[in-house]
Amino acid sequence: MMAVLIAAHLAAAALAPLLAGRLRSRVFLVLAVVPATAFAWLAARGGTVAGPDARSITQSTAWVDSLGMQLSFRLGTLSWVMALLVTGIGALVLVYSAYYFRPDETGLGRFSGLLTGFAGTMLGLVLADDLLLLYVFWELTTVFSYLLIGHNPDRRANRRAAMQALIVTTFGGLAMLVGVVIVGQAAGTYSISGVLADPPAGTAVSVAVVLLLVGAVSKSALVPFHFWLPAAMAAPTPVSAYLHAAAMVKAGVYVVALFAPALAGVLPWRPLLLTVGVATMLLGAWRALRQHDLKLLLAFGTVSQLGFLVVVLGVGTRSAALAGVAMLVAHALFKAALFLVVGIVDHGAGTRDLRLLSGLRRRMPVAFWAAVLAAASMAGVPPLAGFVAKESIVKAFVDVARTGDGTGIPPVAGWTVLVGLVAGSALTVAYSARFVWGAFATKPGVSEPAGIHSPPVGFAAAPALLALGGLALGFLGSAETPALAPYAEHYPEGVHHASLGLWHGLNLALVLSAVSLAAGAVMYWQRHAVARAQRGLRVGYEAEHGFRRTLRVVDRVAVEVTGATQRGSLPVYLVVIFVVVITVPGTALLMAGVGSVDLYGWDNPAQLAVGGVLVAAAILTARSGRRLKAVLLAGVTGYGMALLFMMHGAPDLALTQVLVETVTLAVFVLVLRSLPPRFSERPLTSTRWGRLGIGALVGALMAGFALVASAARTADPVSETFAERAEAEGRGHNVVNVILVDIRAWDTMGEISVLVVAATGVASLVFLITGRTGRWRPDEAIGSALDSHASSHPDGGRPSWLRAGGTLPPDRRSIVFEVVTRLAFHIIVVFSVYLLFSGHNMPGGGFAAGLVAGLALMMRYLAGGRHELNDAAPVDAGLVLGVGLFVATGTGLVPLAVGGAVLQSAVVDLSVPLLGHVHFTTSLFFDVGVYLVVVGLMLDVLRSLGSGVDRHGDESAENGRDEADEQHAQQERLGETR
Amino acid sequence: MSVNVVLVAVVGTLFAVGVYLLLERSLTRVVLGLLLISNGVNVLFLIASGGAGQPPIVGSSAPERMSDPLPQALVLTAIVITLGVTAFLLAMAYRSWQLHEHDEVQDDVEDALIRRRAERDEASSSYDDSAGGTLDERGADPAGESTQDSRDGDGAPIGPEGETP
Repeated sequence: MMAVLIAAHLAAAALAPLLAGRLRSRVFLVLAVVPATAFAWLAARGGTVAGPDARSITQSTAWVDSLGMQLSFRLGTLSWVMALLVTGIGALVLVYSAYYFRPDETGLGRFSGLLTGFAGTMLGLVLADDLLLLYVFWELTTVFSYLLIGHNPDRRANRRAAMQALIVTTFGGLAMLVGVVIVGQAAGTYSISGVLADPPAGTAVSVAVVLLLVGAVSKSALVPFHFWLPAAMAAPTPVSAYLHAAAMVKAGVYVVALFAPALAGVLPWRPLLLTVGVATMLLGAWRALRQHDLKLLLAFGTVSQLGFLVVVLGVGTRSAALAGVAMLVAHALFKAALFLVVGIVDHGAGTRDLRLLSGLRRRMPVAFWAAVLAAASMAGVPPLAGFVAKESIVKAFVDVARTGDGTGIPPVAGWTVLVGLVAGSALTVAYSARFVWGAFATKPGVSEPAGIHSPPVGFAAAPALLALGGLALGFLGSAETPALAPYAEHYPEGVHHASLGLWHGLNLALVLSAVSLAAGAVMYWQRHAVARAQRGLRVGYEAEHGFRRTLRVVDRVAVEVTGATQRGSLPVYLVVIFVVVITVPGTALLMAGVGSVDLYGWDNPAQLAVGGVLVAAAILTARSGRRLKAVLLAGVTGYGMALLFMMHGAPDLALTQVLVETVTLAVFVLVLRSLPPRFSERPLTSTRWGRLGIGALVGALMAGFALVASAARTADPVSETFAERAEAEGRGHNVVNVILVDIRAWDTMGEISVLVVAATGVASLVFLITGRTGRWRPDEAIGSALDSHASSHPDGGRPSWLRAGGTLPPDRRSIVFEVVTRLAFHIIVVFSVYLLFSGHNMPGGGFAAGLVAGLALMMRYLAGGRHELNDAAPVDAGLVLGVGLFVATGTGLVPLAVGGAVLQSAVVDLSVPLLGHVHFTTSLFFDVGVYLVVVGLMLDVLRSLGSGVDRHGDESAENGRDEADEQHAQQERLGETR
Repeated sequence: MSVNVVLVAVVGTLFAVGVYLLLERSLTRVVLGLLLISNGVNVLFLIASGGAGQPPIVGSSAPERMSDPLPQALVLTAIVITLGVTAFLLAMAYRSWQLHEHDEVQDDVEDALIRRRAERDEASSSYDDSAGGTLDERGADPAGESTQDSRDGDGAPIGPEGETP
């Protein structure tokens, strides 16, 4: 049921944006049902998990077995109290939000969803019984808090506040994660109840305690991490009331309370928590006293109270534990109520600045009385819940100071803590009074803010209910004591029997309570003197400065490291990579030696000749200063490769290599026509020897690698059986093709995807914005191009072998080429189709066939220009690529539909009328897909680097002509005026 | 296993020249270097696949005399992909020429900017150093203060190309 409740919150959160579109701000009322239901369920379990015969309710589902992580939840007394607060206040805050936001407020869907989602994760946090699960919920609340603080991201301060809260609490969270793992490993279990039942000990656990407490301290905004909480007040007021007063910031306190029974005795738990807690209590309260913004006043008050709670729940005695939980409840009630009142004041008066507020007491009586009750509870005035809890706390600490009460705290430390707590309480009294005075008093010399309106009943209901709850709890001490006792009973019986109540007789605790009330009252009465003292005492240093300085240092280190390592120069990066290649694998190669390799000269004497040409061509490529020469020489190496493949017994490779080399040469030429003929001279000569050295070393390394790899080979090739399998399973004789379309078709699938990406990349680089898609009307385009040419070239319109031949300028036309193209084009296309179909049994296949078709298209383009290309292939290249990929993928997926494996092939024998018997394997369709992808690639390359570059050239030429015309005209005008 | 010396020499040369060209700044030369290295890798495959043999076509040659077909299939796709990559790099070279009138690989401007910041001991451009700004004691959230200014730290503003006016 617990998991269901949490899931219900998250589901409601997911639905919230949908509901908010229709219900506007009323969506909060619907969402409030979820936490309200959870509250009711929890309340009904009170008899089981709290009271004299308490036992926990547990629930567990395996989640990540390898980590021993479980979705386990446990409802014990402490979790029950926390869960009631989370769901109860959550429901009230949601109801309140329905009035707080205008119906037309933007971002309601997001906000309501986040708030409900937060409620769910917070519920999960207090119910979790697994250390890792606890951590997951812990970080989730951090994320929700970040998103909610940044509710209005337009303001820079909000963004910064959200980011600051995120950084601080995540830092603490990560520290806690390490602590959690240490505790879990030391205890041998990640179950929280398991850890509590059998607490681990040792040095590692001491470290873990520190890390856990860093998490708790940062989450609960204690010194020195307190600064994020006041900044978080940038969030809307319901968020401040719920996350940053009642729920999330209590997570740290909850973790302290949860582990204190097991770990309070481990050093440095007590010294750390008591010091940090008391310091936070005093600092927060002191700073609350000088705030003018009511929300900030409460925020610093919250910081102070969180310090107080951590001291009480962390000290680890039975009476302190009981009083601490009571204080936890009281604080949630009064602080949430006060924040909600601030929201009402802000709404009604349009400001939260207590220097501008005046006369609200008469205008908002309900809010005023709610504030008075809540503030009195905060100040510890009898008979409210705050007084009952504080009184018991003072009593517990008097015991600690006098005798140690089982904690081993020396009297000096004990008395210091007690004095600190009493002083903090006095300051609390003072700022509580300042709050009520600031918000509601009629101040002389301050005019009432214009347009004050009193809140509707529903708006004021939530704070009023919470404040009344604080009043009622004050009288229920006798009922509260046994309910909370099961938690306190984790500790041994103390010096006095712990109980909550309004009257414990005349004793030191009562005297100290009276002293703090009186001192606070005096401070409030003498508030001007206090303000002067504050100004005098102001310290120049704030914790936030430390935070910012740390961030700056991190940022500076990042800049320096990036600046030193990220040179931004491609050659430098490559040199680094190659030097690493040379030194690391190269050294390994030298150390290992080549091993035993039989060397032989050549398989075939012709290999020596081809190899010699290849080597010479490669070296000349590097020496060439002309682009075209270099490209042609590189082409020689490519054709040489084809011969090597042929001699090796790889006809498919030879065929493909020849085709690819031809295409590559043509593409190079297409691009080079717009680049200058010579490589630009750069002052790189100084580095030439270095580059030469690196090149030579890499070459030697690779040659050595070839030897070592061959020497190291001991196993038989996996492909030994491929020949049989090709025939038996793939039904093809060409083993290479069967490997491509059948045995290793997945690889081919990936490779044609790469081709599609490359083709698209080429097109997008050349066509940038103007789409290459469009209506293909070659007829019209050729017609208009011919017309324009006909006007400038009288002979342009004569009939020609190619339809678009006339669109080229006469000096670029070759009648022989046009005739050959006209005659050969269709033959080449038919040949490519033949290669495609016969590839399964003979050299050929989709890749080679596609390249042949591409060459045919290239011929049309070269002979007749870009209009001729469009005439030959009036389709979008993207369409061809897409269809190809679709056919290949489809062929792969069809077998799934008939119960086969992906890319499985089958043999089809059909008897077709007229054609007779047809026999083929389904992998042919896969090869058709490959074919189309390659044709698409070729088309894209021709359109981009051919037609696209042509058009750029034409345009710039036209622009140039226009400019020249204009200059000419200008000169003429000048001449006329002269 | 026995190794063909001619092929090893070809591999060494292709890699040496390829790397030498790759370290240049002219994109055309870089592409040529890449082509040569690709060819070198393909020859490496030939060496690794053992000695020469008959074409791996069932029926026309005996299985035990066939050259190893698997490396051939790998090399075949590698050849075609090299074509795609070459086309892409050439399109880049063309684009670079269109924009800058040369096809040389420039140093990254962003990196130069960061280096300049490091020399000047500045924080990164996204670092927000504006102090205060929290709600502390300044009163509330005055409506209309939706500032989205993106001041660039203190130092002189640096333009997108790294120049300082």
